[in-house]
Amino acid sequence: MKRDLRVGLLFALPWILGFCIFLAYPVIASLYYSFTSYSVLRPPKPIGLANYQELAGDSVFHQALGNTLLYVAGAVPLATIVAIALAMLLNTKVRGMSYYRTIFFLPSLVPMVALGTLFLWIFNGDYGLLNEALRTGHIEPPNWLGDPSWSKWTLILISMWGCGQAMVIYLAGLQNVPVSLYEAADLDGAKLWAKTRNVTLPMISPVILFNVIMGIIGALQVFAVPYVMFPGGAPARSTYFIASYLYDNAFQYQRMGYASALGWVMFVITLALTILALKVSERYVHYETD
Amino acid sequence: MKSSKFASTAFTHVALVLLSILFVLPLLWMLSTSLKPITETLSNPPRWIPSKVLWSNYPDAIKYNSDQLGYIPFLVYLRNTVIVTILTVTGAVISNALVAYSFARLKWKGRDAFFALTLATMMIPFPVLMVPTFSLFRWLGWVGTFKPLWVPAFFASAFSIFLLRQFFKTIPMELSEAAKLDGCSEFRIFTDIIAPLAKPALMVVALFTFMGSWNDFLGPLIYLVDQKTFTLSLGLSAYQTQHGGTPWNLLMAATLLVILPVIIVFFFAQKVFIQGIATSGLK
Repeated sequence: MKRDLRVGLLFALPWILGFCIFLAYPVIASLYYSFTSYSVLRPPKPIGLANYQELAGDSVFHQALGNTLLYVAGAVPLATIVAIALAMLLNTKVRGMSYYRTIFFLPSLVPMVALGTLFLWIFNGDYGLLNEALRTGHIEPPNWLGDPSWSKWTLILISMWGCGQAMVIYLAGLQNVPVSLYEAADLDGAKLWAKTRNVTLPMISPVILFNVIMGIIGALQVFAVPYVMFPGGAPARSTYFIASYLYDNAFQYQRMGYASALGWVMFVITLALTILALKVSERYVHYETD
Repeated sequence: MKSSKFASTAFTHVALVLLSILFVLPLLWMLSTSLKPITETLSNPPRWIPSKVLWSNYPDAIKYNSDQLGYIPFLVYLRNTVIVTILTVTGAVISNALVAYSFARLKWKGRDAFFALTLATMMIPFPVLMVPTFSLFRWLGWVGTFKPLWVPAFFASAFSIFLLRQFFKTIPMELSEAAKLDGCSEFRIFTDIIAPLAKPALMVVALFTFMGSWNDFLGPLIYLVDQKTFTLSLGLSAYQTQHGGTPWNLLMAATLLVILPVIIVFFFAQKVFIQGIATSGLK
């Protein structure tokens, strides 16, 4: 028994160390820092709740928080719908399935910075491909990058292009749905929509839950693409997110304590939304019992 | 009945073709722009096929000399990225294999509770950890070096442990037991029997780690100071953000060069890749 424990811990040692050094310690330390005034040059000085009180009245934070929640509320449901729709199309035994799958998946491999740069060019107001195409169709294009009421939607739209990973996971889920269920539905004369609602979606609901939670966690941290495409959160800070503000506080303004408080707010929101997703899912998610 | 089936297949095909055009168009536009003379990048209506294919845009992008930034050492960025990526992938494969082996095939007290805790840590957003981790590396004197980017990889990560554990569990325990009867040590069983069998899963971890490291932006942004140490992601953003004057054709050529290795790796390992992602969502 003793020997088993020793061998087991020895194999797990990298992670035990990694867990302590790169997770447990930073989580606890950032909680402590969030109650201090701390810049890189001076050691942390406890200031009680002052950081959190400042957050409560900080209009930049409020705007960043609103932007982030709006981004999550737009990007996650849209990505879910697009990814499921693509996966269902791919699950129809058409010829060239693996070829289509590759095409839909490929964009999700593109590095964030490259993605930002590429779409800066495509959404370019004067010469961008998209606006040229819209003008050809006699549609006056919106100012994708310069209009604060559009800029967030531009980012959400771009994030759709990278939904390939979720699509592959959905496709795997769809392929696990027993054919017999569809045959039974066919015998009952069920139409496509009825089959989707009553067979497909319930059967892949655990996969949807997994992807939605991963999507929420990812979208709450959105940083690189807006950083590249919209320097300083322009226009009018409409693309300034919690992670952007956190980064600026920590590394531009040298306010590490304030940045840590922001980090904990982000953490709490992540937990709250995850728990919400789990609660909501209790009513809808169907788990195979065997 | 027959005709409605035909109609739905036709609809599926049309939808797939239209959607795949939508997905592939941005990449083609990038390729097209990267091969044009600068005057044609601004032509109206947009020109898909350049009047003259300018392959020289690529060497020009690599050697690009801007007024504000000075010489942009693309090849130095490439070398930096390759160094960081190789170290990260090596560390991740070794450490995650060991740890996942412990979670999947060794019995010890507290194992399952620790594994549950491990899965829960996937919910912690990276920005929360950013400040203390930065302070730690600063205290070690590692800011400005590559170490903060690759050393953590040698300490495993929750997601890769999870993926590998799933796979290790599918290998019959009898194999280990038989080897043990022959007097094999646990470490020998790991290196000589289980690890070779787990090659596809190790490939998945290597690929995911490669992608994560190649694409990483926030890490290099925080830790790298001197332009000579920049990675491709960071270097590309410098091309792009620090001044607006980079010609679009060269910028697209540089962007394509950053993406290309990822796409090449993907095409060689497509099956492994897709299967790896597919299993990550199915517990």
